[in-house]
Amino acid sequence: MEIINEVSRSTETLAFSGSVQELLLHLKINPETVLVTRQDEVLLEAETVEDSDTITILSVVSGG
Amino acid sequence: MKCGKCNEKGVLELQHGILCKSHFITYFENKVFKTIKKFNLIGRNENVCVATSGGKDSLTVLYLTKKFIEKEKLNSEVFALVVDEGISNYREHTIVDLEEFCTEHNIPLKSVSNKEEFGFTLEEAYPIVNKGTKKKPCNICGVWRRYLLNKVSRDFGATKVVTGHNLDDEAQAVMMNIFKANTKLSANLGPISGIKEDKHFVQRVKPLYFCTEKETRLYVLLKGFKVQFTECPFSHIGYRAQMRDMLNDFEYKYNGTKQGIINSFLQMLPMLQEKATENYTPIASCETCKEPCNGKTCNACKIMEVLNEV
Repeated sequence: MEIINEVSRSTETLAFSGSVQELLLHLKINPETVLVTRQDEVLLEAETVEDSDTITILSVVSGG
Repeated sequence: MKCGKCNEKGVLELQHGILCKSHFITYFENKVFKTIKKFNLIGRNENVCVATSGGKDSLTVLYLTKKFIEKEKLNSEVFALVVDEGISNYREHTIVDLEEFCTEHNIPLKSVSNKEEFGFTLEEAYPIVNKGTKKKPCNICGVWRRYLLNKVSRDFGATKVVTGHNLDDEAQAVMMNIFKANTKLSANLGPISGIKEDKHFVQRVKPLYFCTEKETRLYVLLKGFKVQFTECPFSHIGYRAQMRDMLNDFEYKYNGTKQGIINSFLQMLPMLQEKATENYTPIASCETCKEPCNGKTCNACKIMEVLNEV
């Protein structure tokens, strides 16, 4: 899985299949602070992502 | 994972169910419009200044303020005002987004900068002021920003200043005031800032008061607004960032924490305001700049005094 992470401004590859919530916990990201998309489709925490997916993690926090 | 109101794919799960894109946008906009109506934030024949930065909250509140005025046929005018604090690799990017947004939506944009008004950018002022007073950049930035928003909006004849403060911002402010035993300051919070109307101040109002940061981010994403999601490079230094992280941890473990803080606070606010009104001293004018202040010198001029000593 390719993960484009807006929070850390990085792209990483990770072997992972499971729910969005499990992915975020694996990455030590509080789900409250991000939105997760797959090909511009917003994913809910309970939705499943596959190893072949490209996932973007968008920061909810901005500003000062 | 389908929307609870139709068969479309869900984009956000709230306490009362899952919503699709279309139903989320309707839910979000209705929440903002209900807040404006319930607290009478914007009326007829007003000249509304929207304090903007080009970030997600200010673009959202700018767009929805204009939409509300048009929908309700209020015959009120809207303009955007941006304060350029002078923070490299941050504000110059968001101002470009803001200029494009205002052009696209036909909204006049006024701008003012710390450099023009005070002779220093925030980056230039911070090390000098910090050395003399230990003030953090957010302390300086907040004082100068509020000063300029009030002064410049009043100069442009504004009857209201709309800000993009959201539920997260307000919950953080409430808890920061409690943690620092500054509950007196909390009397100035709420959907309408301040305890009493005063001719020195243009009233500040918060239409996004009940919208979480996550909801606003999703709204911007779904509406396709061009926003760069950058954090102020100074934000990690501030107390607020610690409070934000703590409340987000609580929110994840105990869903509804931030809304609970706001609901509790709104129940206490009339008592806080009554207490503050009992001890209310009329606003004076700063002996240096004539802007409103509580003592002889306003906080913006106190910062300038430190800078001028160097």
